[in-house]
Amino acid sequence: MTMGEQARGRAPRVYSGLPRWLFVPAALGATLVVLPLFALTTRLDWTRFFELITSDSSMAALRLSLETSVASTVICIVLGVPLALVLAREQFPGQALVRTLVLLPLVLPPVVGGIALLYTFGRRGLLAPVMDLFGIQIAFSTAAVVIAQSFVALPFLVVSLEGTLRTVGRRYELVAATLGARPSTVLGRITLPLVLPGLVSAAVLSFARALGEFGATLTFAGSLQGVTRTLPLEIYLQRVTDPDAAIALSLVLIAVAVAVTLVTARISDRAIG
Amino acid sequence: MRKLCTAAAALTALALSLAGCASTPAATGTSTAGGGTTLTVFAAASMKPTFTALGTAFESTHAGVKVTFNFAGSQTLAEQIINGAAADAFASANEANMKTVTDAGLAATGAQVYATNQLTIAVPPDNPAGITSWNDLTKKGLKLVVCAPVVPCGAATEKIEQATGTTLTPVSEEQAVTDVMAKVQAGEADAGLVYQTDVIAAGETVKGIEFAESSKAINTNVIAALKDGPQAKLGQEFVDLVLSAEGQQVLKAAGFGAAD
Repeated sequence: MTMGEQARGRAPRVYSGLPRWLFVPAALGATLVVLPLFALTTRLDWTRFFELITSDSSMAALRLSLETSVASTVICIVLGVPLALVLAREQFPGQALVRTLVLLPLVLPPVVGGIALLYTFGRRGLLAPVMDLFGIQIAFSTAAVVIAQSFVALPFLVVSLEGTLRTVGRRYELVAATLGARPSTVLGRITLPLVLPGLVSAAVLSFARALGEFGATLTFAGSLQGVTRTLPLEIYLQRVTDPDAAIALSLVLIAVAVAVTLVTARISDRAIG
Repeated sequence: MRKLCTAAAALTALALSLAGCASTPAATGTSTAGGGTTLTVFAAASMKPTFTALGTAFESTHAGVKVTFNFAGSQTLAEQIINGAAADAFASANEANMKTVTDAGLAATGAQVYATNQLTIAVPPDNPAGITSWNDLTKKGLKLVVCAPVVPCGAATEKIEQATGTTLTPVSEEQAVTDVMAKVQAGEADAGLVYQTDVIAAGETVKGIEFAESSKAINTNVIAALKDGPQAKLGQEFVDLVLSAEGQQVLKAAGFGAAD
């Protein structure tokens, strides 16, 4: 199994077989990502850091960001896992097209996503007659933030989980089926436990994407403290008057993202081990 | 020896004429990139239609000069100028952002007011909430979108609220006046507070409702040539054009108030 191989490969330091010159572009690549983050910290007013991140508006934005990101991650799991399963295991006409369309938010500028959502869930959007019937109004609500985040984050979960499903293969599933297990039993007892580490990292990816969501939220949900103004929107707004606050909040956002990634990496490591 | 000199001279002349031939079509074809000069103007995003028109007028009176614009939020532009961006003139949508530039000693002359603008109410063409006045904006359940108080249009909104003793309860406080407009145009918002110029620029897509209370917060747009610009002299000439009768006419047509 691939997972077993990974676990074995990590323990002793083995000869990588990489040419030495490869380290130059690799180091440049790492620098490109890390240097701007470092530059951000050099501009930070550490004496005001705590005061800046604990202001009312900052705390409201942080709380809202965490709540909405968790909610949209749950939606991504509920809708994305079945979608990934269907795409990885089924064969149907137009499958390639469906996959391409579903993954489109990966490459779509988030603002375009926001406009598209507006024309779908907005007051004059495609679903407006249905939503009017039930008296639902989504625009300018926290629900709009969650929808925008789910829209941009879902493809991350689907693409990453579909890859895991294909790597894991169907062998155990087929064995279980021949032994008389029903499809739901196979799914619950074989498939999902097998891809769990992959599912966890896929969920983290979509959580991180949801946390950083900006363009679609701004376009679709608006910006109001405590209701729709998430941390990225707050950072963008603060930048106008108080760049120090924007930098401090950026670091908070980075810290949250790093913490979540590290914790889940450990969880999925343990699951593999 | 003499023969050789003549030959060399002839050859040089030939080479020169060839070079001349080669460069002529290039020069006429792309007069802006080759021998021409480029004037760079940093202007507030709200100035896009008017300044683009004035840029074309400037180019027609200054042969070989190409005017390029950087339209963005005044705060962003001021930040870029202070961090060394090569700009010849700066038009700010408010005095505060210009002040950061003049305080840094980057302006060639004092900043001058060249236009004013006032808030107006923008509603979707069918005016679903039936808005007719400033006081209507306090209606219960109204989906009102305004600018956040930290940006100029939001500061103006807040000022009118204070002056009139009203409290608005917007459903969203946007980052930029364009975001407010977009939400009114999409029909998501029943009303938005934007500048008169924005309503005129938006044409048929929104309806503007003027209100007397907007005179409580008149926004001043200021312009200055920049000292360290690569074409500082042309920068000043552009500023002069904006302040001239011709420039003022263009601004007035777009809905700006007079400079005085």
